[in-house]
Parts: sequence; C-alpha cells; structure tokens
Amino acid sequence: MAEKVFKVTAESGIHARPATLLVQTASKFNSDINLEYNGKTVNLKSIMGVMSLGVPKGAQIKIVAEGTDAAEAMAALTETLAKEGLAQ
Amino acid sequence: MSKLIQGIAASSGIAIAKAYRLETPNFAVEKKTIVDPQAEIARFEAAVAKAKEELEQIKDHALRQLGEDKAAIFSAHLLVLSDPELLNPVKDKIEAEQVNAEYALDEVATMFVTMFESMDNEYMKERAADIRDVTKRVLAHLLGVTISNPSLISKEVVIIAEDLTPSDTAQLNRQYVKGFATDIGGRTSHSAIMARSMEIPAVVGTKAVTTEIQNDDIVIIDGLDGQVVVNPSDDVLAQYEEKRARFEAQKAEWSKLVHEQTVTSDGHHVELAANIGTPEDVKGVLANGAEGIGLYRTEFLYMGRSELPTEEEQFEAYKTVLERMEGKPVVVRTLDIGGDKELPYLELPKEMNPFLGFRAIRLCLEMQDMFRTQLRALLRASVYGNLKIMFPMIATLDEFRQAKAILLEEKEKLQNEGVSVAETIEVGMMVEIPAAAVLADQFAKEVDFFSIGTNDLIQYTMAADRMNERVSYLYQPYNPAILRLIHNVIDAAHKEGKWAGMCGEMAGEELAIPILLGLGLDEFSMSATSILRARSQLKKLSKEEAASLKETILSMNTAEEVIAFVKQTFHIE
Repeated sequence: MAEKVFKVTAESGIHARPATLLVQTASKFNSDINLEYNGKTVNLKSIMGVMSLGVPKGAQIKIVAEGTDAAEAMAALTETLAKEGLAQ
Repeated sequence: MSKLIQGIAASSGIAIAKAYRLETPNFAVEKKTIVDPQAEIARFEAAVAKAKEELEQIKDHALRQLGEDKAAIFSAHLLVLSDPELLNPVKDKIEAEQVNAEYALDEVATMFVTMFESMDNEYMKERAADIRDVTKRVLAHLLGVTISNPSLISKEVVIIAEDLTPSDTAQLNRQYVKGFATDIGGRTSHSAIMARSMEIPAVVGTKAVTTEIQNDDIVIIDGLDGQVVVNPSDDVLAQYEEKRARFEAQKAEWSKLVHEQTVTSDGHHVELAANIGTPEDVKGVLANGAEGIGLYRTEFLYMGRSELPTEEEQFEAYKTVLERMEGKPVVVRTLDIGGDKELPYLELPKEMNPFLGFRAIRLCLEMQDMFRTQLRALLRASVYGNLKIMFPMIATLDEFRQAKAILLEEKEKLQNEGVSVAETIEVGMMVEIPAAAVLADQFAKEVDFFSIGTNDLIQYTMAADRMNERVSYLYQPYNPAILRLIHNVIDAAHKEGKWAGMCGEMAGEELAIPILLGLGLDEFSMSATSILRARSQLKKLSKEEAASLKETILSMNTAEEVIAFVKQTFHIE
C-alpha cells in the first residue's frame, strides 16, 4: 500500500483538465486507487467521482493506492501532479 | 415546391447547399423486462464501444481543426464512458432487475445528473450537462437513432438550428459550413456576430426554420434580404444563382478598393478598422483592406474551455495579431465577460440583471489576478506592433483611474524584470454607459481615446434589453438622444486633442455613416466584410456637406424623422 498527501496548487482546483489527467494516469494501473478529500473517499479511476468532490485550490488531498503496482502508480500520479503544476 | 421563410439578415452573401439540422432528438426510454441479462449487458457494452469510437473521431477532428483546448472536453467525455462508477451500476441493474439497458443507463445517469445539478456551483452544474451529453450518445446507439456531430461535417452544408451557442460555433468547420439559419436571435446576437466574423451568409430570427426544413433539403440562405428558401424550383434556384453572381461581382468591384485610402470626396481621411474575435480573423481583416483593428474582443480566448487561459497563451494570441497587422493600430479590449457572455469556470452567482451587474471592468477590478495576467500578456506583446488598450464598461472616472493604475503597475514590474515593453501604448475606454457619454469632457482629459460601443450604449440609454423581442422597437440607433450622446463624446475628445472611434454595429451601417462622418467620428470599426462597402460609400461623401447637416439632425424629434431625412438627402434606399 502507498499513500501520500498533497496540497492542490492548480488555479481552478481538481476540475476538468486536472481531473482528466489524474483519472487517465490512475486507470493505467491495476491497483485500487482512492482519492480522499474533506472526509470523503472516491475511486480515482472514476472521473465523475473525482469531479463530484469539487476539490478547490489550496485543499489537502490524500491518494491511497493498494495492489501489486501501488508504488509505481503513486510515482506516476506524483509525477503528473508535479509536472502539470496541479499539486505538491 | 419551394417555400420562402422570412427572417433577419445577419451576415451578407448567398449560400446554397444541403441542410444540416443541428439538433438532439428526443430520447424516450421505456422500461422493459428482459430474459437474457448477459445478452443485454453485451448490447450495452457494444453501444458504449460505438459511442467511444465516435468520440475518438470527434476528438481527433477537434484536435486538428480547433486545437487542444477545444478537444479537451472530448477527452473528459471519453473518461465518463470508461468510468467504473457509471458502467458497473448499469450492468448490476440490468442483471439484478432484469431490465433493458436503456432503462438501466437512464436511471443511473439521471442519478449522477441530479447529484451534479444539486451542487451549488455553476461549474458542477455544467458537468451535469456533460453526463447528459455522453449518456445520450450511448442511448442513441441503443435506440438506433442518430444525433448531430457538427464537428464531423465533411461536405458542404448550411446549418439549421434553433440557435447557435458559442460552443456550437466553435465546433463548426469553416471549410464545409457555407451559411446558417436559426429560429431565434437578432442582428446583434452572438450567432449573427459569429457569422459575420466567419464571413458566411446567415439569416436569424426566422421562428420557423427548424420546423420547416429537414436534413438534406436544398436550402438557399439569402443574407442580403434575410430570406431562406427551401427546396427551390429550378427557376428560383437560377434566380438566386444570378443574385449570388451579382453580389460576387459587386464584391469584386469593391475589392479594387482594398489598397486605397479612405478619403472623402473633399479630401478628409477617416480610418476604417475591423472588429475581430480571434487571431484567425486577421486574414479577413487584411483581405478586406482594413486600416487597423478597432476592436479585438479578447473574451473568445476565455470561452469554450474549462479554465482561465495562461499568460503565455494570451501573449501568443496578442503577439500573432500584432505581428500580422504589421504596425497598423490594434485596439485590444480587455476582458468583457458577464451579461450574455458567461464563463462557467469562474463560478459566478446567477444575477437577476446580468447586463446591469457584475461584468467587464467591474469584474476585472475585483478579480485582479485574472486582470493582471491579461495586462502582462498585452504589455509583453506590445513590442510586436502598434498596440492600444481599452477598458470596457467604464462608468466612473475612478474605475478608469484604477484600471490604468493597475496597467502601469504591471508595466513597471515587467520593466524591472528586464522585459521590454513598448514606449508608448495609448490607453482608452469604451463609451457604452450613458454616464460616461454625458461626462465625456471630464474623461477626455485622462484617456488617450474613446471607442463608442453602440450596442450597449443604445440598450442602456433606451432601457431596453436588446435580446427581448417585445421591446426591440426601442433599439433605436437613430434616436436623436443616442446621436446627441455620440456627438457629445466626439466633441469632448476633439476639444482635448484626442480621437474618437466607434466599434458597435452602427459604425458599419450605410445609413449611419453619413451622420457619423458629419459628427466628426475619426475611426469606424466594423465587421471586416463591411469595410469595402463603407469605403466605397465614404469616398463619395463630402465631410463638409455631412457636417453642415449636423444641427438639423440633432434637433430632430424622432428616429423615424432622422432616418427619412438621411435616406432622402443621401439617396439611400
């Protein structure tokens, strides 16, 4: 299992394009990957789940990956978030 | 048998092509009990696969034709079709309740739509529309009905629609869309403005095209007289082909004036400029011989996307326009959003009276991060041409001073960072609020120029919503009250040695040109396609003669009186 906390820096929060990128990345892996924000947990492979959280700029989010490729998934997600300037 | 539908001429020219109805059919979903859930699930999966294939095609197409921004929305749609939280509940429902796929999908999708719609946030509400959009695509395959995919059009067509939204027009391919006709709208509605900027004939406000025209009907769109002809007889078709030829010939005649100066018969020069919305429009501006750009509507950079454009994206757009204009003046209007132009991602609350509300400069002075980003992009681009900046919807001197102060702050910051910025950039304002027009003498001391926005100035002065058909009779450009305000603005500018232009629809009207010339207007900015006609008209007019009629016109009682007088004096039909 891998988990990590991020602070969202994207101007419009985890909406639209950022959400699309995260879900696309998460969907490449077999592990179960969840996104936690504000006491709610959603499947990070679900675009509607992620969007329904309405994560704003400045929010603290936690990503939890569980499965055989959890470490790789976390590395890829961390890279996407950093490269696109979405969160740190 | 041919049928004639009368509407409002929105963009000149004549188009003849097959009809393409832009529509969403009605999806009536019935609940049915099925015997083989596995087969039903397979049918559902096949429909999803087909919808995905279609979306991939649309996405590729959008990417090639419209760029990454516009294509992004389809990536999101594709993800919805892979979303386990949507697909699994549908399959579970088919299996557990032994219901048909249409019903199961509709139930699950409706649950998500309701969830997003109930969120107290404009942006989330728009997502409900996305889900509905994607669901309909799958439903269409399940039900065996077709839906329109305007971005996939690959033959010459004319578009028939109730109305065209900015996102519809963004998807249209200019190569194949030859014209359009709509049920609603007027000369100043978004669809009409788009048609003029795309230089395709359009007729709006017909009230009837969607009921009278079917796909593949042969349709003539006469944007000169505001008529739509459906399935013309050979005679009628020949008549319109001849009319089109005459119009093309006249255009060819006007096109000889492309490289000429706009000088009146008594030797006075006025500037003829064009209004644009995107860098691509510059082609039409140059082809029509404009002497500059009098209005660059920057809001299109912000529309049809899901987040704010970056400083870099904006810089590229402004730089492209300035470079392509090769030193000719380019007046850029800073973000004018609000009113009928919304940006869902800004999540602004709905207003009772958006035209009198939180919009344009009011919004920019409040959301300064966004405003400063635009100003920085403009300042950085300023070294690539002759940039002038103007602020929209200025009501008070204080607003102008604040906006200008922010501009100067950003300029200084950039210079301190070692970024070069043009030495002189004229800073002006739109005059569209009566308060500013009345107080023009005070404003003139502080601005470098005025640009009169007549569409809004008229609706604010007459207190008549220009979108409301029942009060459209009050939209009177030739009302002496409007003409006196315009006169006041031009006079005030000249007394301070400044210039005054006009970038509203009125500046390109055949009837308005002699009046405005007489009032001393320095710059006329209009749709690119109107420029050569205006130049041909202005070359025949005498400024002194037009000015001598000023007092007579300004002392008239009604718009009708003004119109009759100008028609008679200048022999305009």
